[in-house]
Amino acid sequence: MLEELTAGFPILSCILFLPVVGAAVLWLIDDEDMVRTSALTIALVELALSIFVLLRFVPESAAMQFAEHVRWIPALGISYHLGVDGISVLFVGLTAFLTVLIVVYSWDTIRHQVKLYMMCLLALETTTMGVFVSLDLILFFVFWELMLIPSYFLIKLWGGGAERHYAALKFVLYTLLGSVFMLVGIALLNINFHQWASLHHTDQVYSFDLLELLTVPIPISQQILIFWLMFMGFAFKAPVFPFHTWLPDALLEGPIGMAVVLAGLKLGTFGFMRFSIPLLPDASKSETVVTVVVVLGLCAILYGAWMALIQPDFRRLLAYSSISHLGFIVVGLFALNYQGLQGSLLTMINLGFSTAGLFFIAGFLYSRQQTTQLSAFGGMAKQVPLLATFFLIIGLASIGLPGTNGFVGEFLILLGAFKAKWWFGAVAVLGVIFGATYFLWYYERAMFGPVGKAVKDTMSDLQLREMVIAVSLSVMILWIGLYPSPFLRIMNGSVQALVDRLNHGTVAALGAPPAGQGR
Amino acid sequence: MSDLTDLLIKLIPIFPLLAVISNGLLGGRYSHDVAHRLAWGSVGLSFLCTIGVFTDILRTGAAHEVIAYQWIFGGDLTINLAYLVDPLTCVMLLVVTGVGFLIHVYSVGYMHGEAGFTRFFTYMNLFMVAMLLLVMGNNYVVLFIGWEGVGLCSYLLIGYYYEKVSAAKAATKAFVVNRIGDAGFLLAIFLVFVNFKTLDYTKVFAQVGQLSPEMATAIALCLLVGAIGKSAQLPLYTWLPDAMEGPTPVSALIHAATMVTAGVYMIVRNHAIFDLSPTAMGIVGMIGGCTALFAATIGLVQTDIKRVLAYSTVSQLGYMFLGCGIGAYTAAIFHLMTHSFFKALLFLSAGSVIHALSGEQDIRKMGGLSKKIPWTYRLFLIGTIAIAGLPPFAGFWSKDEIMAHAFTHHHYLLYGMAAIGALLTSFYMFRLTYLTFYGSSRMDHHTKEHVHESPMVMVGPLMALGLLSLVGGLILGFPPEHGWLHKFLGPVAGIAGEHEAGAGLVFLLMGAATAIALVGWGLAHVLYSVRPATADGWAAKFSGAYTTLLNKYYVDELYDFLFVEPIKRWGELLDWFDRTVVDGMVRGVGQLADWGSAGSTWFEKHAIYAGLNVIGYGNHLAAREGRKMQSGMVQHYAAIIVAGLFLLALVVQIVIQM
Repeated sequence: MLEELTAGFPILSCILFLPVVGAAVLWLIDDEDMVRTSALTIALVELALSIFVLLRFVPESAAMQFAEHVRWIPALGISYHLGVDGISVLFVGLTAFLTVLIVVYSWDTIRHQVKLYMMCLLALETTTMGVFVSLDLILFFVFWELMLIPSYFLIKLWGGGAERHYAALKFVLYTLLGSVFMLVGIALLNINFHQWASLHHTDQVYSFDLLELLTVPIPISQQILIFWLMFMGFAFKAPVFPFHTWLPDALLEGPIGMAVVLAGLKLGTFGFMRFSIPLLPDASKSETVVTVVVVLGLCAILYGAWMALIQPDFRRLLAYSSISHLGFIVVGLFALNYQGLQGSLLTMINLGFSTAGLFFIAGFLYSRQQTTQLSAFGGMAKQVPLLATFFLIIGLASIGLPGTNGFVGEFLILLGAFKAKWWFGAVAVLGVIFGATYFLWYYERAMFGPVGKAVKDTMSDLQLREMVIAVSLSVMILWIGLYPSPFLRIMNGSVQALVDRLNHGTVAALGAPPAGQGR
Repeated sequence: MSDLTDLLIKLIPIFPLLAVISNGLLGGRYSHDVAHRLAWGSVGLSFLCTIGVFTDILRTGAAHEVIAYQWIFGGDLTINLAYLVDPLTCVMLLVVTGVGFLIHVYSVGYMHGEAGFTRFFTYMNLFMVAMLLLVMGNNYVVLFIGWEGVGLCSYLLIGYYYEKVSAAKAATKAFVVNRIGDAGFLLAIFLVFVNFKTLDYTKVFAQVGQLSPEMATAIALCLLVGAIGKSAQLPLYTWLPDAMEGPTPVSALIHAATMVTAGVYMIVRNHAIFDLSPTAMGIVGMIGGCTALFAATIGLVQTDIKRVLAYSTVSQLGYMFLGCGIGAYTAAIFHLMTHSFFKALLFLSAGSVIHALSGEQDIRKMGGLSKKIPWTYRLFLIGTIAIAGLPPFAGFWSKDEIMAHAFTHHHYLLYGMAAIGALLTSFYMFRLTYLTFYGSSRMDHHTKEHVHESPMVMVGPLMALGLLSLVGGLILGFPPEHGWLHKFLGPVAGIAGEHEAGAGLVFLLMGAATAIALVGWGLAHVLYSVRPATADGWAAKFSGAYTTLLNKYYVDELYDFLFVEPIKRWGELLDWFDRTVVDGMVRGVGQLADWGSAGSTWFEKHAIYAGLNVIGYGNHLAAREGRKMQSGMVQHYAAIIVAGLFLLALVVQIVIQM
């Protein structure tokens, strides 16, 4: 019954445009509390829609589901094509989930220009969703670029640091620069399609459609060129070491809400998994590419963790720990086997709970001490036991303690890396030691020991809104850690398809039977 | 019956888990009495279930494999949250739940009146859950959940008095050092998966024959790294003495009886792999022997009652490793069991002493306590005799079995190390007993007045452990190498060896072991009871050696110098590098872009708009409007980028065409 009613209903478009339409509605509201309530309502409805999609999503399937396809600029082969599969659908849920938490967090921490802030936040949600659900490369690119506008203003206008203008500009320019390369790559994909189509006299002459581009062969030299062009786009955004220096600045100077999005939604590495690897399987598995990318990833793991170790500012520590985690994801992706891909995908989702969660914790600390510098903390566990407890739970998830979500992802990545080449895994496993060290050392100095000089007696423990955030994150952390089955089942079909695609390469995709071929 | 057993197996870890959930979430809402009843009650129920499972396995001898649910899966990997209960697990379960139960009961008295009472029991129960998973898991990953889970609880409980800087530091140190071992363990798991395509014990051990000796050595050594970290062996033992910052029941349960023995359990569980690699076995034995001796020497001069016991734990774990290294797996497990009895007894009695002295731990400020706390004294003495290895106490049988095995299998070097270690053990343990309970009191007046025997809730568990320390060895392992334990464990731990030593040699070795223990006792008696001044005289005479031992061979300082400080200093350097070089390049590129943009702006002005002029004045106007909109930096860059983009695409395309 429900199925009939919802069949053909453009639910992804609703998810995509609800926030931005909501943002427009917010414009008409003057009362600040009303703005907050409305923003929360919109975010909650968005979350409900996303959960609906997740519940109705058919697991263990590689198909694009809830697809919508409308021709946009037929002459160039650009279309409005949306859809979700096992790779992207969880990000839809995660984006909606985090936006709700950010609205809740911002309730009383954002005091000026509340309306504009909420509008930016909702606009950011739309563009982020767009990145996750677009199946047309131009459409994807449009959202990818549009995302910069609300991000820029969020950092510049609501950032807490003195250098926020610089940080905002650096972030935007960095991403723009990467995008240029990526756009060239996209153009080359289109040209390749065109050449192939002209050769075979098909009806379609141009296409930017992911699913159509997947059906044409691409010469290996071309693939490698396109790979590196797109790599620049995604690596700058991720950021992959050594293109990371915008991240600590943006995370430190920007508002907590923006930091949660930047650190919690792994757009860059999503790009690798959504576009680079499936579109360019032969390039992705070529010796040079794998070695260079994995070595960069391994460097990131160690470099990021080492840097995190000595940071006195908690947000900078988190920035470098993010870089380290991204290293894990990159290594897992380019292990190019089942466990590596599955683990990387799960870790991207996991960090949306753990790293993003730690940024919320940083926010809680900031609300109390107006800084995230270590010198302002010390012995706080006594006064804020709940804060200390959730700090520890979320932190342990970020260092991959078994029982938390972090372990499942990290274990799969390491296993995948080890399977690919034993030394990938052996080097990456060092990150496990470093991770424990930087987190627990900071935690010890901030929460344990005698009460710090700067810690006020009157400091209050977590408030209701903060509890909502901390508890919901912890529930997700333990759920995925102890019973990841629903999540893994959603991913499995698409991960398997990706592994098959890697085995067969682009040539075999030409109407050849998918099974039993290749290698 | 089998179904019932499977159900009981599933229930074993669930009881403490429920207590964790209840005490963790609602602990603040009800009284301490409810909290502790839930805590020890749940462990007691687990113990009863264990007895049920044990009787079934005793009767049938069959191992049970029970799957709770599918945990991680996809592709060629499936990891279940599943249990394997065979005789080895059974023995471990009895120790963990049995000794665990006694320690929980004891803690009710020991922790009475503490502010974090409920927190303490929540962590203790969580520890039980993790430890049960560790010994019950049917695959490496479930073992690993338990492995790191007990590490977490150890962290939380060492840091129980987190306001103390030393406790907070010790907690972090314990976790980090353990993680070094865990990294090795992870590599072992990966190697197992790559070689066997599965992580389930039964499947792995069924095909273990196809493993090449080199691969077996690699896996065994990686596993060993994990075991060394968890069981505090050389060179990763430094966290365990510091772990004494935790409350004493924690030291007894986690840092003596159960968690630290996990490494031994893991090696015995994987003995099929170790058996394939004589190299790895040799290393296991050497590490065990060296640790046994090394830690015993440090124990000689320590002045903190718990630290002496901590080094003795490290040393005794060394004996278990030594046993594993020479293939005496059953003897190693036997020693694991008796050690859990007498070491828990010693720690808890030490706790009773500390309790009586209002928190004093320094044995230089004790003395003459035997009359004031007679029960504690008697029980501590039983523990001392048991660990020193005098027949018929528990420690004698198990330690003698390991040493005899070493001798009869021609590991004379290891036998020598173990024998010297045994002499030192007997000496430092009796030294501890003399300094604590005999002689004249060295307490200050205030403490002296408050000395009191502990309540029944504490002494009761001590008596149970005392009884086990007395007769446990006889029940489990008599006659040597043919006791009940050997028959029970035979199918899983392998038969000790074909070298059947003659009865004469066996008795000779027993006599030697007894003599060694007696010499240690006698020496301690002379130095600390008959002529107390001699000990100080010796300390002054050999002050160099004495100071070195007192400072634990400066190993902590060495590690600081070699690892901790360089890592921090290199970190600072890396930070400088990141800020100046990596980011500097970015800013350099930014500068270039600035110049470039100036150039493009000129180009825009003079070339593009000139071109537009040709097209028409109207267009020119529109373009000027457009330019006005590009006020901010970002838009400016964006315009350049879009313009430059198609140029670039064109160039690339031309290059490709060529």
